[in-house]
Amino acid sequence: MTAFIQYTLQGLANGGFYALSALGLAVIFGVLGVVNFSHGACYMLGAVIAAVLLDTLGLGFWAALPLVTVLMFGFGVLMERLLVRWLLKLDPLYNFLLTFGITLILVDVVKRRYGVSSLPYQLPAGLEGRIEIAGIGLSKYLIFASLFSVLVCVAVWMLLTKTRIGMIVRASTEDAERSRALGINVGRWVTPVFGFGIALAGLAGVLAAPFRAINADMGSNFIIILFAVVVIGGLGSILGAVVAGFLVGLVEAFGQAYAGQFSQVFIFVLMALVILVRPAGLFGREEAA
Amino acid sequence: MSQQLTQKVEVDLPTQSVIPRARPALRWLMLAVGLVVVLALPWFVYPPVAMDIAAWALFAISVDLLLGYTGLLSFGHAAFWGASAYATGLVAIKLGVPFPVAVLAGAVVAMLLAIPTGYLAVRRTGIYFAMVTLAFAQMLYFIANQWRDVTGGENGLQGIPKSFFGVEQVETDSFYFYYAAIPLILLGVLIAWRIVNSPFGRVLVAIRDNPARARALGYDVERYKIMVFVLSAGLAGLAGGVFSISHGFASLQELVWTTSGKVVLITVLGGIGTLWGGPIGAAVVVLLEDRLASSGFNGIGIITGTIFVVIVLAFRHGIWGTARNGLGAWLNRRRVKTGQRL
Repeated sequence: MTAFIQYTLQGLANGGFYALSALGLAVIFGVLGVVNFSHGACYMLGAVIAAVLLDTLGLGFWAALPLVTVLMFGFGVLMERLLVRWLLKLDPLYNFLLTFGITLILVDVVKRRYGVSSLPYQLPAGLEGRIEIAGIGLSKYLIFASLFSVLVCVAVWMLLTKTRIGMIVRASTEDAERSRALGINVGRWVTPVFGFGIALAGLAGVLAAPFRAINADMGSNFIIILFAVVVIGGLGSILGAVVAGFLVGLVEAFGQAYAGQFSQVFIFVLMALVILVRPAGLFGREEAA
Repeated sequence: MSQQLTQKVEVDLPTQSVIPRARPALRWLMLAVGLVVVLALPWFVYPPVAMDIAAWALFAISVDLLLGYTGLLSFGHAAFWGASAYATGLVAIKLGVPFPVAVLAGAVVAMLLAIPTGYLAVRRTGIYFAMVTLAFAQMLYFIANQWRDVTGGENGLQGIPKSFFGVEQVETDSFYFYYAAIPLILLGVLIAWRIVNSPFGRVLVAIRDNPARARALGYDVERYKIMVFVLSAGLAGLAGGVFSISHGFASLQELVWTTSGKVVLITVLGGIGTLWGGPIGAAVVVLLEDRLASSGFNGIGIITGTIFVVIVLAFRHGIWGTARNGLGAWLNRRRVKTGQRL
């Protein structure tokens, strides 16, 4: 029982990163029609910047959390303005390839500057050690990370469904042409939405920093799992991204516990099953042929 | 929310109806020049590098068969290249057969693997297809990494022999090996050329340009896609098998997703929808990486990534596509000048 709860917690914490990042991926895809390959690299960048902030300026986790998120927002805005923007009218494959190129550059730039070995980071102040709940010792940080990601997911959900901005973004996603006809300046929202998605990936990176190895390659595997997550959840669906994110996190954690290194294979088996039964994903809509 | 996917604003893939095809005489001349270059390559380039160029060229052609001619971006083609590299190596080591037999066996393994993958992947189109193929390639990578007894795990498969009917020059000298192995590559190119210029190939182009219309005309679109996917995997397998024999080992590098990305880069750089693009892109990328590696620069990704960004932003027809468009425009102008009918 103890082990079961620990794996669940581990899975929820992992799932939190997947859900947060997949959420960013889904929002960007919804509004821009872009599948951002560099999402994993942005997650890596978030963690690396947090580590560098600690090393050079002595800024800890609590300062890094908002700071990195803002920085990555700026990075996303730049990326959209300078590069992604020019390909929006073409087949989405071109932006997929563009962001793949950006990924290669980011990974090797970090590798050249900081090497391949992991950068040091520690648990944030106040969250070290374990907490006893009903006789089971659980890592405080893992509990925090799971709760925090759920909280952010809920906040984004509220932002999209309960506010005027969210309504505009959803309308632009649903039918850009008609939204324009109704007097909404759709183009104005493209850049901030892209920046917002990238910021979510960076935020996930900071959250991962205290208990994952921080290095240039940490995003390489992450992005593939993330693709599996959005295929399972249904690429355009925001709810799908969140649910599938946590689902995949749990599958990975329990797989690791009971099947060792083969755990990753389960994720892809799950993906294959979803494609077989519901090609559009759990929460996705059927696409036209 | 998938509105953007179904309503494509402008597809920028080159279509054959837009780009003029070269006249027959010119095509034969190009073919002759191409053959001469292939045969002369190891005289000018270090033979193992020449072999790499040839293998990557066929690999790129296999990707282009899907991307350029069927409109499917496979971002997991390393699965077939890598699976064949391992299968070829295992057959060569365990059975000691001449290497062409081992390579063909590797290609068959790649095709068998492509059947279930293709069956699942063609259920999705466009960008989903890329993501699904990528994910399956990664699954294979994990399996190869864990299945140490067979694949050697992180050490890879070492000591793959170049047995060739006891001909010692081929087995020891990479210069002669090139000439022994190049027929396999040319066989692959020939198969690709036959596919593209057959009725089957025309159906593929029809599916690329308008899947709904192809279906309305009575073609089983999914079946055609699976068939070309399996054929393409076979060509990738042929290339991967030659690559692993040439190097004498198969490693996880062959299965990792950057390899899938590299071959797509080569294809796009050379020019999508042109069989000539693959070889040209392969020559540029392999020679560039060889130069960079020997100069001790450790950041190849920065260079290749930048090339990718520039190509996609400003140079989408690739080297061959751009050259062909230029040549076509020039020929047309000349015809107008000399009063010939278009």
